[in-house]
Amino acid sequence: MDKIVLEQVSYVYGAGTPFEKKALDNVSLAIQANCITGVIGHTGSGKSTMMMLLNGLSAPTSGKVYLDGLDINASFKELLPEWLKLPEYANMRKSTAKKAIKTELAKRKKSLCFRVGLVMQYPEYQLFEETVYKDIAYGPKNMGLSAEEIKERVYEAIRFSGLDEAILQKSPFDLSGGQKRRVAIAGVIAMRPEVLVLDEPAAGLDPRGREQIFEEVCRYQKATGSTVIMVSHSMEDMAEYCRNMIVLANGKVVANGSCQEVFSNVSMLEETGLDIPQITQLTRLLQARGLALPGDIYTVDRAVAVLKDLYRTEKGND
Amino acid sequence: MKSIAFGQYYPADSPIHRMDPRAKVILTILYIVCTFLCKNVLAFAALLLSAILLDLLSKIPLRMILRSLRPLIVILTFTSLINVFMTKGEHLLTPNWQIPFWGGHIWHIQIYEEGLWNALFMILRIVVLLIGTSILLSYTTTPIALTDALERLMKPLKLIRVPVHDIAMMTTIALRFIPTLMEETQRIMNAQKARGADFTSGGLIRRAKSLLPVLIPLLVSAFNRAYELAAAMECRCYHGGKGKTKMKILHLRFGDVLAVLLVIAFGAGIVFLNRYGFYYTMK
Repeated sequence: MDKIVLEQVSYVYGAGTPFEKKALDNVSLAIQANCITGVIGHTGSGKSTMMMLLNGLSAPTSGKVYLDGLDINASFKELLPEWLKLPEYANMRKSTAKKAIKTELAKRKKSLCFRVGLVMQYPEYQLFEETVYKDIAYGPKNMGLSAEEIKERVYEAIRFSGLDEAILQKSPFDLSGGQKRRVAIAGVIAMRPEVLVLDEPAAGLDPRGREQIFEEVCRYQKATGSTVIMVSHSMEDMAEYCRNMIVLANGKVVANGSCQEVFSNVSMLEETGLDIPQITQLTRLLQARGLALPGDIYTVDRAVAVLKDLYRTEKGND
Repeated sequence: MKSIAFGQYYPADSPIHRMDPRAKVILTILYIVCTFLCKNVLAFAALLLSAILLDLLSKIPLRMILRSLRPLIVILTFTSLINVFMTKGEHLLTPNWQIPFWGGHIWHIQIYEEGLWNALFMILRIVVLLIGTSILLSYTTTPIALTDALERLMKPLKLIRVPVHDIAMMTTIALRFIPTLMEETQRIMNAQKARGADFTSGGLIRRAKSLLPVLIPLLVSAFNRAYELAAAMECRCYHGGKGKTKMKILHLRFGDVLAVLLVIAFGAGIVFLNRYGFYYTMK
């Protein structure tokens, strides 16, 4: 099932000024529910812009964004005639119905941020509270939840992050870079979004830190069955954690499909200036030297398994 | 947010863009003096003409300049209303305009012809002042070139121990970081909005409180950035202005001198035009 659909979406920065720039150019795509989708592309390819469109923070210059089949930027005027026909409004007086629709629409717009949780680039810069607990609680508090519910969500989020609960009473400014990042992501996870959007969640972290971030995201995705969209420019991370992949170049979608499909199209990736994962490059070199390896090796784990198998069979043959 | 970059430098290749920034600073001061010299219809007509000429020379679309005047509308209306109602003169236009109040009070509205002229002149003066300074400075000069020019022009003050170089460096850094901070503000606001922050509803106190989640991270990152910048400057052996050479050395050309002379002549012309007052001359 498709959770999010983009239909002929374009986004232009600074229209009408000398600094005008088209960030997204007629993008149409669908994002599958209940799995992790990776968005990959060079700087300036429109990745971050696309992420901002998904939770309604900015509206596309043209085109539509659908969440569960509903246009998230639909205006009151556009919706009114349709909604007036709905059973819950049909029996009301027209003016009352109009007012009710307006409040309902405002409520929906506001809840959109909670349904589609966005973790921006370098999210550790958004931390502001005295304690980690309060900071994670900021989102749930804005949702208007009860204190008990908030507490439950904060503890749940910190469990997903893999951090020790003792950290909750510390100041977020005393943490290490990687910890801050995990707390910031927990702050969004605490809202239990149906869709979690992460813009370069692992940028600037060491390998161990990267792994911890991705583990946090994967734990959340597995436990809740939510849809995750993740921007990265590391092919290795994509291959390891994502089921589907979208490749952007110059504001256009150049490839969209499962990781296998995208990685097998080497010429397209080279054209857009992106690499295939290093381990895939290595298998290709080994293949060229006459080693009988399958062509669909994209992660180190799989490579290890395949090579071990190969080693065992060779040994058995000897 | 990028579209309203501070300083609004408009990249183009025009004689004004190429001018020495020092000349432009002097020109701006002279031009401001000119706007205040104007006293009658002829002089203001010449002033308006000069502003249009400046715009044509600078190759900046007039549309853009007019758009930048939009926020002035409030001030313009306010000053012109004050001028219209408060100026006393000889030609009363509204002899019998009266508004009765409770208790038999009557308010006489007195609008004099002089008031209308004053209002018109005032509007022209403010508009031309803004067009002139923005074309001569903000639209055509990069902030860096501007502070460079100011440092050079203030050099004589060094004799009385004014730290000219430090002031210029601080101004440069401050100007340089305005767009960065604005971008950062927007980013943090977006991040908090994504967590359900609401900056637009509620009373004054609630709204001020809702800005805390933006201001605290902004301050933290501004301080961090300042420390990093200081460290980076020290790593490159920056130790103040003493013995520092310039990468871009400013050269005053013949055209720059000519432009300054032209504007001085323009000022003299305005003083001359001020003598031919028909209709109305400002006091």
